[in-house]
Amino acid sequence: MSSTLKITLIAFFMITLGLGLTLYKNVVLGFPLLPGVSEDVWTIETKISLKPLHEGPVEVVLTLPEPDAGWVSLDDHFASSGFNFTVIEQNGHRQAQWTRETLERTTTLFYKKQVYRMQDEDLTDRVVPTITPPNLTTANADVMKKVVEALKKKSSTPMEFSTLLFESVNLQQPDQDMSFLLSSYGGLHIDVVMDVLAYANIPAQLIKGVFLEDGRRRQRIDSLVEIVAGDRWLIFDPKTGSEGLPANFFIWQHGSESILDVIGGRNSSIEFALVKNTLPLKSILFMEGYIEEQPLLDFSIYSLPVEQQGIFKGLLLIPVGALVIVLLRILVGLKTSGTFMPILIALAFIQTSLLMGLGIFLTVVGFGLWIRYYLSYLNLLLVARITAVVIVVILLMASLSVISYKLGFHQALTVTFFPTIILAWTIERMSILWEEEGPHEVLVQGGGSLLAAILTYLTMSLSLVEHLTFNFPELMISLLGVVLLLGKYTGYRLFELYRFRAFDRTE
Amino acid sequence: MKWISPKRLRQLGILGMNSRNIDYIGRSNNRRLFPLVDDKLKTKKLAEKYGMSVPRLFAVINNQHDIQSLETQLSGRDQFVIKPAQGSGGKGILVISERNDEQYLKPSGTSLNIRDLKHHASNILSGLFSLGGRPDVVMIEDMIVFDPIFSHYSYEGVPDIRVIVYKGYPVMAMLRCSTHESDGKANLHQGAVGVGIDIGTGQSLFAVQNNIKIENHPDTGFSFNELSIPDWDHILELASQCYEMVGLGYFGADIVLDKNKGPMILELNARPGLAIQVANQAGLSKRLKHVDQHMLSTVHDADKRVVLSKQLFAKHITNS
Repeated sequence: MSSTLKITLIAFFMITLGLGLTLYKNVVLGFPLLPGVSEDVWTIETKISLKPLHEGPVEVVLTLPEPDAGWVSLDDHFASSGFNFTVIEQNGHRQAQWTRETLERTTTLFYKKQVYRMQDEDLTDRVVPTITPPNLTTANADVMKKVVEALKKKSSTPMEFSTLLFESVNLQQPDQDMSFLLSSYGGLHIDVVMDVLAYANIPAQLIKGVFLEDGRRRQRIDSLVEIVAGDRWLIFDPKTGSEGLPANFFIWQHGSESILDVIGGRNSSIEFALVKNTLPLKSILFMEGYIEEQPLLDFSIYSLPVEQQGIFKGLLLIPVGALVIVLLRILVGLKTSGTFMPILIALAFIQTSLLMGLGIFLTVVGFGLWIRYYLSYLNLLLVARITAVVIVVILLMASLSVISYKLGFHQALTVTFFPTIILAWTIERMSILWEEEGPHEVLVQGGGSLLAAILTYLTMSLSLVEHLTFNFPELMISLLGVVLLLGKYTGYRLFELYRFRAFDRTE
Repeated sequence: MKWISPKRLRQLGILGMNSRNIDYIGRSNNRRLFPLVDDKLKTKKLAEKYGMSVPRLFAVINNQHDIQSLETQLSGRDQFVIKPAQGSGGKGILVISERNDEQYLKPSGTSLNIRDLKHHASNILSGLFSLGGRPDVVMIEDMIVFDPIFSHYSYEGVPDIRVIVYKGYPVMAMLRCSTHESDGKANLHQGAVGVGIDIGTGQSLFAVQNNIKIENHPDTGFSFNELSIPDWDHILELASQCYEMVGLGYFGADIVLDKNKGPMILELNARPGLAIQVANQAGLSKRLKHVDQHMLSTVHDADKRVVLSKQLFAKHITNS
């Protein structure tokens, strides 16, 4: 009895603590409880790594992005272990400068920035770039001339010229002249395009920036091309040839000057880790102002590096999924094959979308069961048989990806998000179940697992759940309390009310 | 059919899965003792030490290499059972009831050859039938020749008697009869028939298959009404003595009646199922609470416990 009382007390303390902290953040710090109207706030973490060249001073200069095209910066944060750090103005650009007398080891410098796009504005403060005629070898110059003439023949305006140019560069098989240029430029589209434009006397320059993709860890700098076509500015993505500024392109700088300059170092590289938080703007603005002085926030998930934030965004959903499973098993009495297998399947569903995930899962498991049926004739040892199933599952996944990709269903590529070993074990267990207890039990347990996976998926993909778990991780303490209480539940399960229904007729 | 309300279930004293796990298994079964019953080899050795009757074990296979010797070990034996020491829910138990040169026949008439048997043994060793896929060992023991009294009530398998023992007191019992649907196995969830047995007399009370009340065996057609278990006191004593043997507070003892050797312990189960309540049309909770409240004041030996149980849990008492 006393253990039940103790657990009840502990559980209620935990529930109150979690709810209390949540309430404090809500009432005092103004964090909204509901997702509400929200903005995509991007955290861009710039990671500069370099190796020391030799003894002597090291200087790292990073050009900082200026607010442009409606992007608003919320916060800049620099990390500079052991370096002297200043921000300087040069040629109208703000630049971050790290210096140090000597450097012994490979070092990483961080620059974290939070931005969001307030409104879709056009670019501002554009300076028409001067045209520098390209420096060409005779062979290249001849071909260049032919290419420009061919393009000019087909177009009447600089705009048409550029559109055609980007199209012809991006063809699966460019024509002979273009192929020649591409190969002599080492396959670099962007260099070819810039030289062709300059040769054709069209003012053009690069826009350097970052394509924002949620969860990317090693994004590189990308370049767009902006050209002056008469009185208009046009922007092209050289990789696709499409016109216009992509909505997820964060502009770093105009022009082809390098963003990162390192003196006294080698093998320097710049990479970006990206995380998107769909959050009420108010709370972000608020938090940015508070983070230094509020210890509670300083110890929040927001204080972690972006990569880890992205991981935690997913991890924090797992307790909610586990709670759903606990409820289904203890209160409902649903049979599943493998206790937490449904959570893993649900996590895969999050990546693949529900219908596609279900389709892939049923295809792979169904096909796998069929293969397993053959394997059972071969009298294999268990470990070898499971391994055989694993290999078959991977082959299945690969062929599913290839076939669907060829057919144009790109979503099926997400098949890789399914945990292979779990699939193989599911197939093995199901086939044993089939042999021993018949197809009925396979339907009951397989259906139970799938139902649990779907319910878990639906819960985890609620925007409210994502909002609460990420912004109020302290709610997990409450969740723990609830799970402790459920662990002491001795009442009947829902399915038992059906199982023991025959008793109602007695007496 | 309508569902039953939780209030009504509580009134009837029906034990639910959660309560079984927390109030009885969790509270009175020490985890340390579980291996004694989960590993049938250990149970058997322990039972032999205590001088209790068990089916004779004649071979144990510990590793894949020893499977080669299976044929020699089986030579001269026509009736035997191959089973995993740590199987659960009757999984992996293979009964051979007849032998024809190279052919080994299951009770159902299905014919197997030595390769099939070796494959089965290999699967057992790999842990296919044990919880969590742990490596297991193969036990080969004598097939039970069941008492002819049951021949009308069992199809292709051995009927066994499940007795729930709480703190040494037998509280509820049922006879489990295999059917064609259960493939000779005596597990209720696989389609075997459960016949509630009156603790007081050994007389049958009700019979259920797949949670539905039936009157006659689905394959043999014989009525369960006439059924009365012989040697009933002996069976209850055997079940009750297991309490001292393994020290578990709540368990199910599976007992078979051999034609020649009388009642024998087949295995013990630390997590006995709840279907026994349906077969008895009576709730376990009521009886378990009774044991807790009235019977633990003095320590009794097995014989005395059986006498007390027979008085308290006989049919006329439970239904009043």
